Amino acid sequence: MPGAHGQAQILPGTLDLLILKAVSLGPLHGYGVLLRIEQISGRALLIEQGALYPALFRLVRQGLLKASWGTSDNNRRAKFYELTAAGRRRLREEEAGWNRLVAAIASALGAQPEET
Amino acid sequence: MKLITSLRSLASTLLHRAHVEREMDEELRSHLRERAEDLERRGLSRAEAERRARIEFGGYQKFKEQCREALGTHFLDTMLQDLRYGLRMLRKSPGFTAVAILTLALGIGANTAIFSVVNGVLLNPLPYPEPDQLVTVCNGTASSLETWLAYPDFLDMVRDNHSFSSLAAYESLVSANLLGQGEAERVSVTEVSSNFFSTLGVSPILGRNLSSAENQLNGPPAVMLSGGFWKRKFGGSPGIVGKAIDLDGTDYTVVGVLPENFYFCCENISFRLSDVYIPIGADKNPWMQDRKYHPGIYAVGRLKPDITVAEARADMDGMAHNLAVAYPATDSENSIRVTPVKEEMVQNIRPFLLVLLAAVGFVLLIACVNIANLLLARSAGRAREFGIRAALGASQGRIIRQLLAESVLLAMAGGVLGLLLASWGTRAALAVLPSTLPRANDVHVDLSVLIFTLAVSLLAGVLFGLAPALKTSQPDLHETLKEGGRGGSGARYRTQGAFVVVEMALTVVLLVGAGLSIRTLVGLWSASPGFDPHHVLSFNVGFPPAIAGGDATEIRASFRQLTERIAAVPGVQSVSLTNAAFPMGDRYNLKFWIDGQPKPATDSGMPTSLWYLVGPEYLKVMKIPLVQGRFLTAQDDANAPGVCVIDEDFARQHFGKQDPIGKRVHFDLVYQQLEIVGVVGHIKQYGLDENLAHTRAQAQFYASALQLPDDLTKAFVPFTGYLIRTQGSAEAFAGSIREALRGFNSKAVMFHTETMDNVIARSLAARRFAMILLAVFAVLALALSSIGIYGVISYVAGQRRNEIGIRITLGAQRSDILKIILGHGARLSLVGVAVGLVAAAGLTRLMKTILFGVNATDPLTFAVVVMVLTVVALVACYIPARRAMKVDPLVALKYE
Repeated sequence: MPGAHGQAQILPGTLDLLILKAVSLGPLHGYGVLLRIEQISGRALLIEQGALYPALFRLVRQGLLKASWGTSDNNRRAKFYELTAAGRRRLREEEAGWNRLVAAIASALGAQPEET
Repeated sequence: MKLITSLRSLASTLLHRAHVEREMDEELRSHLRERAEDLERRGLSRAEAERRARIEFGGYQKFKEQCREALGTHFLDTMLQDLRYGLRMLRKSPGFTAVAILTLALGIGANTAIFSVVNGVLLNPLPYPEPDQLVTVCNGTASSLETWLAYPDFLDMVRDNHSFSSLAAYESLVSANLLGQGEAERVSVTEVSSNFFSTLGVSPILGRNLSSAENQLNGPPAVMLSGGFWKRKFGGSPGIVGKAIDLDGTDYTVVGVLPENFYFCCENISFRLSDVYIPIGADKNPWMQDRKYHPGIYAVGRLKPDITVAEARADMDGMAHNLAVAYPATDSENSIRVTPVKEEMVQNIRPFLLVLLAAVGFVLLIACVNIANLLLARSAGRAREFGIRAALGASQGRIIRQLLAESVLLAMAGGVLGLLLASWGTRAALAVLPSTLPRANDVHVDLSVLIFTLAVSLLAGVLFGLAPALKTSQPDLHETLKEGGRGGSGARYRTQGAFVVVEMALTVVLLVGAGLSIRTLVGLWSASPGFDPHHVLSFNVGFPPAIAGGDATEIRASFRQLTERIAAVPGVQSVSLTNAAFPMGDRYNLKFWIDGQPKPATDSGMPTSLWYLVGPEYLKVMKIPLVQGRFLTAQDDANAPGVCVIDEDFARQHFGKQDPIGKRVHFDLVYQQLEIVGVVGHIKQYGLDENLAHTRAQAQFYASALQLPDDLTKAFVPFTGYLIRTQGSAEAFAGSIREALRGFNSKAVMFHTETMDNVIARSLAARRFAMILLAVFAVLALALSSIGIYGVISYVAGQRRNEIGIRITLGAQRSDILKIILGHGARLSLVGVAVGLVAAAGLTRLMKTILFGVNATDPLTFAVVVMVLTVVALVACYIPARRAMKVDPLVALKYE
């Protein structure tokens, strides 16, 4: 699916990072995670919504997220996700790794042809 | 840590599967609802909002499936699901299921049966403690087959070796008359050293082992009873210990009883178990003490725990060297061989079993290919089903797993049925051939057999399931769904064609293998042993002490009287005493040198000859041709000059073109000299498959039993046998001979009664066993592969109905149609046969050891196999081809 309206398809493997980031700002239920990602990315990222859930389940199973049932803003029963200590650690590592990668790629792309 | 978390997650999801499923649904639905509400707030209609929410969400079922996968419930869950579904599918087509399961049961059952034999005979440890420490120690003299040891050499080994924690001796089976326990009976006796049973690690169930005091000349006579003999003769009474039994006139005190399941059999000791065991050290035979001319004993040793077989061999090499230095006259040529007991027990049967295992593996492969073909044909009909599943989001892996679950279910059902067939079949087979197989008692279905069957079934399931599954799981969605289930493409025919080729090739290999072994056996059966074995009965006679203890003249008189009595039995055409060497039985060699030539300085310089001690009628009984001169006569008795008759090999080897008649020969230690009076035909002493290149002691000579020196006459009494030629079936004479024997002396016993036909059959038993099984497997393979090719050609013909209809409409002749379909089958089978011939030429080389007199690439066998297989395949193709020919174009086209 090509991105429309200047939206970018998210890179494989980055969905987990985005979810961890979104949840790090406070416990969220599934739909909330989607909204939060849209919000913090300035709606620039395109996510296949259903794909969120397998990722959430996987992160819970890896012990990076903790899930519990609670009540949403509009008084509905909903499952909330929050970061565990391991999740927080992982987020820090991934952030650092990501920043290194971005810096490296940016510098590579910014290189000027050498003067001869 | 991670593992524990995921295990816990798996456990809790398994426990609350339904619960989890509900919550998952709730969570996903609430997402859809919230999204729809959001969109509605943005101004969409309710219906439009819900639609958009669903589109944005993506494949609901797909993600749910992925969630399950993420939860870790996936594998088990889907497996159960697959199995349930598979079961349902199999129930829906009972015909297919029954055929598949039966085919597999045959294949797996045959494999299980052969494996349980291989497992029991070749793989399982021997039933003694620390069985790997047990070795046989025997003589490895280069020039002769004989492997026995001289007792004094054995005693030296016991004293000087550094390798054995214990070394025991035993002598091959002899027999003795048991008197005073009802009717006189011949019991089999093995002489053993007192540490024999403790070396093996076998303890008596009653009483004690023989003691070293009993294991000496003039020690108190003691005997141990086998469990079976104790039960049979003494009703299992524990009171027997301490009592005496009379063997050949001597009272032996029973000191112990062995466990009933005890057995020990090696290459060189009879499979028949002994009834009683007496100490070898008490043997009064003076030659026991002779290093050169000894009755021959065998040794079994237990290695010290830290000694390897190689170290023991090195030790024994040193031992042999020392013996050769100390006793150059007798031991200079000897080497000592150390062989693990298990090796010794199974070395002859191993090649047969391995060939059978390979053959039966091929049968299973063919069965698998057949079922793969069936599945493939069936899957064509199911293409739509899988197309729909794929369209609904089932991944390729998921569909493959689903199909594999079905095939593994089939294989498991086949496995269970096969196991039943095998355990029944093995028992039946072993009951028919008890003596062919060493360690037959150890053959039964045990844990390793069960594991083998399970593994084979699983493997078979995956094997025959995988190819069709891979083919089916990549349907061209668009085409399949559009075409309305008329699946079937060139690619599918190609796979099935390949299957047929594989099947045919495997069948060729099996047929060639069976053909070669049949040729071997037919060749051996029709080969002349050098004598006529039909209508000949052989038996031994146990003389009572009153006769055996007499002097040589009296013994000779008894021989003559008994011979006359037997000759008088109606229907007995001729009778001869026999002693020393016996065709396909005992071997007895004498060293000799020819008169006029200097006596060789060492024993190793002397040639040997097999020594037959016989009566004058021997040639008539055995129908051995007289080549030259005369045979022994009744006049060649103790008072006449010593004469002998040699065989053609003896004459050729030692006299060349010279006339041997009238020449004199010195036979070391036994005869001063004998004059050669005749030459007779050579007989195959070592069995029909004797290999001349491997046996040097081929020269044979005959001497009159009545001219044996006095001391030897006495010593040889226990080994006296008779051979009779009878009118009609030899077997029927056992009764009347026994009657005659009783008339001669009521205490004389007849034993080891056997027809010569049977002696020969026994010598070929292992080959026959292998041939029958190979032939059965080959026929099974032929049947399976013709069913296979029939199935494929029928299927292809069915798929091509349309095309055939069109062809006929356009004017094709019926015979053209026949040609097309038959041609397809013929091409496939010819390719298969060609591939199979190449494979067979390579593989049958591996069965060289069990072939005899026929080349592993015997052109006749190959030609016959090609013909048989081609004809069978063409017939199998002809049936569907004929059906195709009769296709009514109208019906065929309407069907479209």
